[in-house]
Amino acid sequence: MYTTAFDYYRPQSLAEALTLLRAHPDAKVLAGGHSLLPAMKLRVSQPVALVDIGRLPGLAGITAAGGALKIGALTTHAAVAASDVVRAQCALLAQTAAQIGDQQVRNRGTLGGSLAHADPAADYPTTILALDATLHAAGPGGERTVPASAFFTGLLSTALQADELLIAVSVPVYGRGTGGAYLKHPHPASGYAVAGAAARVTVAGGKVTQVSLAIGGVTVNPVRAAAAERALAGQAPSDAAIVAAAAKAAEALRDPLSDNYASGDYRIHLATVLAKRALTQAAARAQA
Amino acid sequence: MPNYVGKSLKRKEDPRFIQGQGKYVANLSLPGMTYLALKRSPYAHARIKNINTAKAKALPGVVAVFTGADTAEVGMLPSGWNVPGIKVPANRVLQTDKVRHVGDRVALVVAETPYIAADALDLIEVDYEPLPAVTDARQAAQPGAPLLHDSVPDNVSYTWALGNKDEVEQAFAAADHVVELELTNQRLIATAMEPRAAVAQWSPFTEEMTLWTTSQNPNLTRVVLSAFLIGVPEHKLRVISPDVGGGFGSKIPTYPEEALVPWAARKVGRPVKWVASRSESAMSDTQGRDHVTVAKLALKQDGTILALRIATWANNGAYISLVAALIPTAFYITLLSGLYKIPAIYGEMWGTLTNTVWVDAYRGAGRPEAAYVVERLVDVAAQKLGLDPVEIRRKNFIPAADFPYQTPVALQYDSGNYQGVLDKALELSGYAQLRAAQAEARKQGRLVGIGVGACIEASGPAPSKVAGALGGVTGFWESGSIRVHATGKVTVLTGAHTHGQGHETTMAQIVADQLGVDINDIDLVHGDTAVIPNGMGTYGSRSTSVGGSALVRSAEKVRAKVMKIAAHQLEAAVEDVVYDREQGKVYVKGAPSKAKTFGELAFAAYTAHNLPEGVEPGLEEDAYYDPANFTYPNSIHIAQVEVDADTGAVAIQRYAAVDDVGKVINPMIVDGQIQGGIAQGVGQALWEHGAYTADGQLLAANLMEYAVPHAAGFPMIATARTETPSPHNPLGVKGVGEMGTIASTPTIVNAVMDALAPLGVKHIDMPLTPEKVWRAIQAAQRS
Amino acid sequence: MKLAVKITVNGVERAHEVEPRQLLVHYLRDTLGLTGTNVGCDTSQCGSCTILFAAPGAERGEAVKACTLLAAQADGAAITTIEGLAQNGQLHPLQTAFWEQHGLQCGFCTPGMILTAADLLQRNPHPSEAEIRHGLEGNLCRCTGYQNIVKAVQAAAAQLA
Repeated sequence: MYTTAFDYYRPQSLAEALTLLRAHPDAKVLAGGHSLLPAMKLRVSQPVALVDIGRLPGLAGITAAGGALKIGALTTHAAVAASDVVRAQCALLAQTAAQIGDQQVRNRGTLGGSLAHADPAADYPTTILALDATLHAAGPGGERTVPASAFFTGLLSTALQADELLIAVSVPVYGRGTGGAYLKHPHPASGYAVAGAAARVTVAGGKVTQVSLAIGGVTVNPVRAAAAERALAGQAPSDAAIVAAAAKAAEALRDPLSDNYASGDYRIHLATVLAKRALTQAAARAQA
Repeated sequence: MPNYVGKSLKRKEDPRFIQGQGKYVANLSLPGMTYLALKRSPYAHARIKNINTAKAKALPGVVAVFTGADTAEVGMLPSGWNVPGIKVPANRVLQTDKVRHVGDRVALVVAETPYIAADALDLIEVDYEPLPAVTDARQAAQPGAPLLHDSVPDNVSYTWALGNKDEVEQAFAAADHVVELELTNQRLIATAMEPRAAVAQWSPFTEEMTLWTTSQNPNLTRVVLSAFLIGVPEHKLRVISPDVGGGFGSKIPTYPEEALVPWAARKVGRPVKWVASRSESAMSDTQGRDHVTVAKLALKQDGTILALRIATWANNGAYISLVAALIPTAFYITLLSGLYKIPAIYGEMWGTLTNTVWVDAYRGAGRPEAAYVVERLVDVAAQKLGLDPVEIRRKNFIPAADFPYQTPVALQYDSGNYQGVLDKALELSGYAQLRAAQAEARKQGRLVGIGVGACIEASGPAPSKVAGALGGVTGFWESGSIRVHATGKVTVLTGAHTHGQGHETTMAQIVADQLGVDINDIDLVHGDTAVIPNGMGTYGSRSTSVGGSALVRSAEKVRAKVMKIAAHQLEAAVEDVVYDREQGKVYVKGAPSKAKTFGELAFAAYTAHNLPEGVEPGLEEDAYYDPANFTYPNSIHIAQVEVDADTGAVAIQRYAAVDDVGKVINPMIVDGQIQGGIAQGVGQALWEHGAYTADGQLLAANLMEYAVPHAAGFPMIATARTETPSPHNPLGVKGVGEMGTIASTPTIVNAVMDALAPLGVKHIDMPLTPEKVWRAIQAAQRS
Repeated sequence: MKLAVKITVNGVERAHEVEPRQLLVHYLRDTLGLTGTNVGCDTSQCGSCTILFAAPGAERGEAVKACTLLAAQADGAAITTIEGLAQNGQLHPLQTAFWEQHGLQCGFCTPGMILTAADLLQRNPHPSEAEIRHGLEGNLCRCTGYQNIVKAVQAAAAQLA
């Protein structure tokens, strides 16, 4: 399949990129291209211009700072999945990256591209929500940060302005006492998440002292399962407590997506099953 | 030396593929080439009110734009299998009045680049009046259903019935048990990894058309194009199918694009290329299966099968494709006896037209649908009677002593030893241990299931007389030619076509053994009508049994001539010379040391210095082989699955396949065919569905939606064979290409149903997606 | 708009003017005539078009789907296609293994399958069967049922170890 014609710009700096975006308000940002180009090939997306930020300096890479890892927007899924520092300090993110698409997609697809595209069936959005990550955007007025909880604003839409670029994501590090798990039910053809659950659990003194649980794939944006989190917080991480908490994940899932493969009801059910399993794995890792 | 047959030789064709030198149609580039793209309908059913091509024509780089009004001179796409009473609706290469499925053709563009051709398509304005659509095979035949074609007033293109209805009814009346199932055999999309493609070049100098196309049967395509469609005389039309990247039946039919590309090449006076995108394939390649069946089995108390009765609605899509009417008739109802002695069978079917992509042969083609019906019924009967699925099958198998066996549905099975296949399958799978482990797992509340599928195929179509009597427009023989060159090198020509099957190796093994020559001295040529004047192509697991047999016949002629020459030169009577096929030598009985080698004799035939009286120079022979019967490969596959009770997801844990495909030419290739076939059949059982919305939108429009099996979906498959040679072809071979697919679908479904049996789940229609399985578990737990 | 690109393909630097929308796979196939890189789908699922792609400055090529990159994005990159895998007339161990293990039938998916496996073995020289199956999730084969492909990767891994 063939895309429609477009102009192509490859800025050399962030400033130039932002200038180009201002000059071409109908342009689309091209990072890894693994969400955008398939849509363009099916002519579902027909941008008149692309601003290729794929080589902007300084936007790929992982740095540790102040209890967080700052991951450049252009860091590929493969790089995140294979990163020793991410695996050691924020394993949940590495596990998630390893489950995105396939190896070829992971080699090109980027963290920033995935988040900015905000596909309901993508994996990263669920996990960064569970991680309470902070997103760094650059725009004409300089940089600003957006909490993950405020970043996704609807189907394929985000808090980014048209003249802004997502440049990095900060995720909190965690160590002994905290465990994470991301589990998904992949679509048998596309590999996208029909439902996904990201859990982060801290256990201290035999009690769950902190828990976050996000569900993706089911609704237009991932959501935090607040009722489930409340139900588990303060409890001993027993099977019974986790099952009871996971069942409450459904409360957060309004207006579920539905398609030929999986109905809304089934997606909600899957979410509770995946929530239970993710919480169980996360709790076990917290206590390992 | 030879004795190549029976050995797992590495494939001769592989060096080019592993180095990226495959000669696929899409790789062809000709000077001055233009690119064709088709404007296709977004509606399942609509009247075409107006087509405006002005903007498209004005786009720079567009060479031409044509609509159905321009292509009126091109003929109608014909049916090649005309069962009695069939109504074949008109099917133009570009539609003029209505479109009848998403993807139906309304206009074409020829442009300087494929990018410009795609842009031009977007500029063609078609004014449609949408009409109500019908997609379900059975609903299409109901009164009041939307009508597709005025010439087919009830949407029923054909009906067919076989068997003795009265006997069947009497048997059901007298039966101790009757089990009944309504089954959907869902729509599939073949999805050969290479999308269809065509390139055509017209030579005004020689008035010859050359068409490169992704066909499983270029000679048949040439006949159909010449006789029905583009009017180029057959001897002026050369059709070449070079390397073809898989077919699975979807590259049998002659397609409208195969007519439009050469037609356009002549119109614009330049070579024209068309390559389907995957999305385009999904809405234009013939699709497979799509039956709704009501089936009943009558049994005695002890599990003895008395009778089988089925009624099937077969969905043909919007038009009748080339051999569409064969599939749910003579390739389906005739197979309903399975591996069993069933005294009375009656099957009837309705072939309906719907607002969906047309349906034709897909790997197995009718025979998997039959095997699925039979094997599901037998399993449900076993469950009802409290019999092990193995025991009910063993009890009803046709005994080895009863072959040849005449079924009540026309076929005469040539040979078989089903007990032997079963015994080997039980051993290979460790059936007793599997059952013991299952009992343990069930105690733990795990949903572990073991499935058995016992299946037959009528492969190697077909005795031409039989085909003719049943509605076939052509015969189904195969040609085989052997050209021995002066230097002793051998060119082998077959009318069969390899698109993954490995003929370049297996056919060479056959001929090398027949002639006693080094396999490296043999080259197979296929897929070019300029070189192979006649052939029927490859489908129905026919290439070795029919095409290979033709080569045996031509090799026999070569040997006979070689022996005459040798006898003359050795001054002996022909009756007294021996053709040593291991050494590739001919000598006088008792005097092997004074032998003439094959190479010497080939050179002697070429020089013609010293030939016997009446023997012509040269050493090349042709043969046509018309099979006496189908061959009847048979299989017993046993699988273990586990169902995740929380999600409904199915995991295949073990898979053992025992197949009797008669004599084996290359065990490595046979194993590969079986493994690949199994994956495709499992795909139907668990994942694949060419789904439409009720108003005819194709949901499985690309590979984001249509779930082709992945590597991670399978365990290692254990394969083994028994070998009951076919008694009626010179190689003793039976078909192999489709057997895995036929057997694995019921095997897996039976395994999942076995896993769910403790819950009381009786049947779930394919594909057994997690949601469907989960819902069945929920429903069973509620009741 | 035309863009000048310089791309090193199988060790040779190539320079062309391309349309922005030209896909890398079309550049390889149509502009360079390297038709071993096949196109089997339009949604980045099938993996038939997989090549090894080393972005400017990268140490080694990684498997990517050439249907999901613009030729413009490959400017300055170094690419290995199936045609460039054999070295000095010697087949790569994966090529040999696919041949010996009957890891191909129609051959259409084979170049992408081999190059994906090459990436897999770079990352993980001793993959388990499950890791191989998982590692090939971006490549579809309709002929083999994958079994002999898995065996071929195992055989090549043993050979390369």
